[in-house]
Amino acid sequence: MLLEGQERIPSGCAVTGVIDRSGKGMTGEDMIRSIAVMHDRSNGLGGGFAGYGIYPDYSDFYAFHLFFDDGAAKTATEEFLGRHFEIAYASEIQTRKIPEITDEPLIWRYFVSPLSRKLESSHLDEREYTARCVNKINTYIKGAYVFSSGKNMGIFKAVGFPEDVGRFYKLEEYSGYSWTCHGRYPTNTPGWWGGAHPFGFLEYSVVHNGEISSYDANRRYIEMFGYKCNLQTDTEVIAYIFDYLLRRKKLTLTEAAHVVAPSFWSTIARKSKEDQEQETLLRKMFSSLLITGPFSIIVGYPGGLMALGDRLKLRSTVVAEKGDKAYIASEESAIRVIEPDLDKVWAPAGGEPVIFELYGGRK
Amino acid sequence: MNGTLFIYPDYEVVRDYDKCIACRVCERQCANEVHSYDPDLKKMFADNTKCVNCHRCVCLCPTHALKIVKSDNTYKINANWDNQTINEVYRQAGTGGVLLSSMGNPKPYPVYWDKMLVNASQVTNPSIDPLREPMETAVYLGKKNAGIERDENGRLKDTLPPQLKLSVPVMFSAMSYGSISYNAHESLARAAEELGIYYNTGEGGLHKDFYKYGKNTIVQVASGRFGVFKDYLETAAAIEIKMGQGAKPGIGGHLPGSKITDAVSTTRMIPKGVDAISPAPHHDIYSIEDLRQLVYSLKEATDYKKPVIVKIAAVHNCAAIASGIARSGADIIAVDGFRGGTGAAPTRIRDNVGIPIELALASIDTRLREEGIRDNVSIVAAGSIRSSTDLLKAIALGADACYIGTAALLSLGCHLCRSCHQGKCNWGIATQRPELVKRLNPEIGYRRLVRLVTAWKHELQEMMGGMGINSVEALRGNRLMLRGIGLTDRELSVLGIRHAGE
Amino acid sequence: MKRIYVKEKWCLGCHLCEYECAYANSGIADMVKALKGKNICPRIKVEDGDGVHFAVNCRHCTDPICVKSCIAGALSREGDGMVSLDRDKCVGCYTCVMVCPYGAIMPAEDGKAAQKCMLCTDNQMNGEPNCVKHCPNGAIVFEDRG
Repeated sequence: MLLEGQERIPSGCAVTGVIDRSGKGMTGEDMIRSIAVMHDRSNGLGGGFAGYGIYPDYSDFYAFHLFFDDGAAKTATEEFLGRHFEIAYASEIQTRKIPEITDEPLIWRYFVSPLSRKLESSHLDEREYTARCVNKINTYIKGAYVFSSGKNMGIFKAVGFPEDVGRFYKLEEYSGYSWTCHGRYPTNTPGWWGGAHPFGFLEYSVVHNGEISSYDANRRYIEMFGYKCNLQTDTEVIAYIFDYLLRRKKLTLTEAAHVVAPSFWSTIARKSKEDQEQETLLRKMFSSLLITGPFSIIVGYPGGLMALGDRLKLRSTVVAEKGDKAYIASEESAIRVIEPDLDKVWAPAGGEPVIFELYGGRK
Repeated sequence: MNGTLFIYPDYEVVRDYDKCIACRVCERQCANEVHSYDPDLKKMFADNTKCVNCHRCVCLCPTHALKIVKSDNTYKINANWDNQTINEVYRQAGTGGVLLSSMGNPKPYPVYWDKMLVNASQVTNPSIDPLREPMETAVYLGKKNAGIERDENGRLKDTLPPQLKLSVPVMFSAMSYGSISYNAHESLARAAEELGIYYNTGEGGLHKDFYKYGKNTIVQVASGRFGVFKDYLETAAAIEIKMGQGAKPGIGGHLPGSKITDAVSTTRMIPKGVDAISPAPHHDIYSIEDLRQLVYSLKEATDYKKPVIVKIAAVHNCAAIASGIARSGADIIAVDGFRGGTGAAPTRIRDNVGIPIELALASIDTRLREEGIRDNVSIVAAGSIRSSTDLLKAIALGADACYIGTAALLSLGCHLCRSCHQGKCNWGIATQRPELVKRLNPEIGYRRLVRLVTAWKHELQEMMGGMGINSVEALRGNRLMLRGIGLTDRELSVLGIRHAGE
Repeated sequence: MKRIYVKEKWCLGCHLCEYECAYANSGIADMVKALKGKNICPRIKVEDGDGVHFAVNCRHCTDPICVKSCIAGALSREGDGMVSLDRDKCVGCYTCVMVCPYGAIMPAEDGKAAQKCMLCTDNQMNGEPNCVKHCPNGAIVFEDRG
């Protein structure tokens, strides 16, 4: 049987996310309760979480989370890391042994910073340098997989139901200002830990529900710019698209949303002249990054969350606010279970981005 | 035996005398003078030796009394020396000349379009009903590799080079005025305008009556430079440099003097009645750096306001050539496969030189992506796009749009008799004889073209919807939507697709 | 009213209209049976000149001289403007044939009355002129030009 990455695997899913815009910390427990309500939207073949603001003591370092198949992969990776980064701290990620989660690989965490000499001679900016190193490990070191690589954020994922994955990773011990979570329903998978979501690339993380029909058009385009879609999953390509548009092309989140889920031409024609010009330009410039087919995603980034659904609204998304907190989920029940008394609940239109950020803005 | 041997005709006119009412329409409509009426016998007769099998008489016969059949006359059956091969030897022994043919390569080479199957959504991903939801087919052709710049208010500046907007990813291929008639050109121009697409003048200049269709016109600059002057370039929406043609890679063109009428002569800016020869190469382009100079000369001449297309024939190293063109300043590359049509070509060249568009397109798109320069250019595929599925498969392989030539002519009445070079087109398309030209009424012709492209658009939308794709942009280069059937590993690898069942 | 007009520019001189007219007015469902071996007598006729062809039939004049000249009251102008011929009243004097400046009225095949184009209202075509329908080049049109 082909492993994830050797074959393209469609999947249905559940997503949920929360942010405290005052910047106050929350443990991952609410997310576990929220996703557990949507148990039937997963099938036990993948679950995961992303937390932002969880490593305040190491906020200047890239936090690499890695899966190793064996000690040899770990040795090779550490040797690679040693040549490219200063490693501030390395340790095994603490987990709780529970019967629901089995066959775990070696799971390690490294706080790293690019070696200044190497960085200088590469003529790349720090993030691009780090991004390329992550791609190298994932492409060339057999049995090693970096599944989280941003600063002051971390992804935790595994094969299993998401609520079990949360307990496995002891998420009650982490405190972050925002969280996203994902429960997976792949239609066919041998169950590989790296294939679970969220998918992260540097500080961007994506959880996604849907199956995009534009996948190969998007993949073949984005791979022109040095990305390698090793997993052949939608979430991976979506994460790369956002990294490309936000980090490399310096588009705003709303502009990026207009690229991946643009208004129909007929809708654009009804907008103001200025909006027409901007949205037409984005569609012309990045036409190969338009995503079709059903999706609802939550993009996590330092200081914010963005919810975005496909332009036909083929997947559900509900957003809500209560005081400083804002919620995004596939189903309203997943929000109500952690906050029954909401100030405001609404369902965004297809292709309409909803952005919640810390009061101070993006970090 | 010094002259020409009698060769039995390939096709025979069969008349059902029970149905024939001797109305003589067939006789009046055949420019080849196949049909005749015998007043004594009160009967119609046909001379098969003159018949080119254009079906004009078959279509116009009011009682459907006529059909054309393949002759069963044969030499001794020989798998090596088939009838046609033998006859060609007789012809050349009789004339000492190069064999001429028209329209696309008819030989039984593999048609890869027919060996690719299209995907559809099931369960995990809904199909979309184009009757209920928007299904977008508009595309913009041109360079996409512009930088992001913002004005003082932080809004994006339009840094994109000029683009061509197409309502459907289809354009009418280059066919010159001279090789086809005034009325054929008028039909194409009016259809392009109504459809929101473009037609291409070919290397025949632009008749002054058609300047009003300029915003839907692509003008061609080819090796003969016929009809090229300031107004010609300025009137057009885009300029195409023709480096090659799929039907006859490596050679130029030859329009016989008999087709250079007053109007053709004025439009081409050449003397009346004299053969118009387009050289094989552009004599100012002997390498890629020369092409770059012509691209920029044309851009300078038109103030950088119009996209420049470079059209090449699909030949063995076309991927490398395309890579060079993508770095030459060109905005669009048009690739013409070896099944593309022509008004006249040496038979041996048409039938043996070049490669299929499917393979050329796939390798060019792959190569440009590998080099990270796919955004430098749009790709237009040509050379026998026969249906909406060919179009869809071409886009999924990586084309931004397709040129259609033969299909457009068919919709104007062409029956692929492949006798364009004789100049006696009974359908009023490939001829300059006034009494034949008038047989193509552009009022009818343009509507048939509009209907054809509209039908293809509906089919494209239907199939896109089935795949769960509601914008043609998301189909482009989406090779996972294709699977090969009955192809070798090597063919699959060139096409960049998997086999059915994988 | 809607009249039949001919666009000389697009007339190919194929004479199909004559046969379609003869068929339409034959009262026979099958064209072969209607026309085979017969000398046709159509109400539309193509005039052929040197490179010029033009199909001629009744123009349904606003002040029709044929109506004025009819001695039997067989020709009349209908409410909608169509000039019509009542075969039952026609005595076959052919005055109309002689006065029509276009040659659009002619003796009928049986020689007993005149005949003229009635826009296929009087035959199996139910008012859809058959010459218009079958002209291969759109040279004969049926339209209201006011």
